[in-house]
Amino acid sequence: MASSVAGTLYRGREGMWTWVLHRITGVAIFFFLFAHVIDTAMVRVSPHAYNSAVDTYKNPVVGVLELGLVAAVLYHGLNGVRIILVDFWEKGPRYQRQMTYGVAVLFVVLFVPFAIRHLSIVFGG
Amino acid sequence: MAAPPSIEAPRTNIGGPRRRSPRSKGNFELNSWLFMRGSGLLLLVLVLGHLFVNLMTGEGVHQIDFAFVAGKWANPFWQFWDLALLWLAELHGTNGLRTIINDYSSKPTNRFALKALLYFSALVVLILGTLVIFTFDPCIDPSSTLSVCSAK
Repeated sequence: MASSVAGTLYRGREGMWTWVLHRITGVAIFFFLFAHVIDTAMVRVSPHAYNSAVDTYKNPVVGVLELGLVAAVLYHGLNGVRIILVDFWEKGPRYQRQMTYGVAVLFVVLFVPFAIRHLSIVFGG
Repeated sequence: MAAPPSIEAPRTNIGGPRRRSPRSKGNFELNSWLFMRGSGLLLLVLVLGHLFVNLMTGEGVHQIDFAFVAGKWANPFWQFWDLALLWLAELHGTNGLRTIINDYSSKPTNRFALKALLYFSALVVLILGTLVIFTFDPCIDPSSTLSVCSAK
């Protein structure tokens, strides 16, 4: 039994954990979208109602949470491209593991500049 | 010599045999699988553009207020950008949650309740969001200082 676990190609490896993260980030983004459509709907109530709803986003704590949301969106989108390549590119399945590291590199390249800019806006007043 | 890698048989019939509708579901699962990939690619562009324009340009999150939304939706380009974002994201997310409910909720009554709640919330979000984009009135505030409103 131990040898079959050690020889598993998927379980406990990059393929499984990227799948777990894809589900978790997907559910989180889905629930955020529900809240976001409702806060945006305040533009039909009054300018004051909308401005006070969107003021929540300018709170530093929510500003940091938003960084988490953007991290979730970036991961989900980049890993989604990897899934598409595994499904449609003839060499995708062979390189699925290497592509997880491609996703990680692209994530850092996009996320770090965003984080620097966003946090300096949130905390810079 | 190490044993060759093996893949165990998946768990089957959790919570008893699945009930299948007598009529074939056609290609619905294949089509939804394709939709996840096609909409996913479009959403990558739509979401990153949305985040960049709203959070990275100008004063970032501090610029967002009623006038900012009015300025964007004065342009049909952003109305249709946001409409595409709303519909694709909501349908992509609803289909994702449908898959998750199918995977983890094995009791038929729970499945039905969760899916009913899911589809109801999707309907609310799609109808509300679409109405908001297309019935938006920048002059809703009688004391508005927006130039489009004082021109009347």
